[in-house]
Amino acid sequence: MYAFIFRHLPGPLWLRIIWAILLITAALAVLVSWVFPWLSQFSPLTDSTIGT
Amino acid sequence: MAAQVIGELLITAGVILLLFVAWQLWWTNVQSNAKQDQAVEEFFADLGEAPVADDPVDEPPTSSPDQVPVLEAKAAGETFAVIYIPRFGDSYTRPVTSGVTTAVLDNLGLGHYPETGMPGAVGNFALAGHRQTNGAVLDNIHTLVPGDRIYVQTQDGYYSYVYRNTQIVLPDRTDVLAPVPTQPGVEPEERILTLTSCNPRFGAQERIIAYAVMESFQSLEDGPPEEIAAQVAEVAEGAA
Repeated sequence: MYAFIFRHLPGPLWLRIIWAILLITAALAVLVSWVFPWLSQFSPLTDSTIGT
Repeated sequence: MAAQVIGELLITAGVILLLFVAWQLWWTNVQSNAKQDQAVEEFFADLGEAPVADDPVDEPPTSSPDQVPVLEAKAAGETFAVIYIPRFGDSYTRPVTSGVTTAVLDNLGLGHYPETGMPGAVGNFALAGHRQTNGAVLDNIHTLVPGDRIYVQTQDGYYSYVYRNTQIVLPDRTDVLAPVPTQPGVEPEERILTLTSCNPRFGAQERIIAYAVMESFQSLEDGPPEEIAAQVAEVAEGAA
């Protein structure tokens, strides 16, 4: 799958490597900004208060 | 082909889960610590010049109970105090913010249960903080030893509390927040500081509660207690 994506990125090899880095960075940004904060509400580590 | 795609997706899922663990246990601390440092700086900036006393008094003036100033209740989200706990290290300088919502605890560390008293008040001044993640402000709560000092600095001065004991309870035990902890309805005589966090470490099946009793108060003009004098001067300098 990843090989398929990489082959279909436009441009010469160096440009495709840059594309790949950009896509991975974007995926990480989405994870850290939205997915992980949402997921952390289910983490028991963050229950510190009494009575909730 | 299909098997390869599924395999790559599974590997991706595994990597993402590992990333989540790293984010939760490490990166949230980095972010929260930065925000807390900023909150401490702002607290000191609001104090102005007063707290920077070069020669701390050796003997804390024994103030009679009715001389201890008590802050008015603060609006949620307002940082009104800074806490120093030498047992947690000589760089343990953490802001205290009103409210125990996730917004407060995840960003600014220690939160004040708004239904409990303010520092120095007869009764219970109760705080919550994370054991892990988001600054992990109370990670070392189990290392406190009876006699350890916990210092709370407000715009009025320094309240010195002496750690007394720890209790491990189930999460629904709101009576630890009572004016006399675990004895709701009893008229308080002591000034208690209560810290609550989750227990065990890396779990949340229980809550760990640490109690301290107020020992003395020093105004800002008198300078910080000797044990934290250097630390306070350093923080004040960093904020100036």
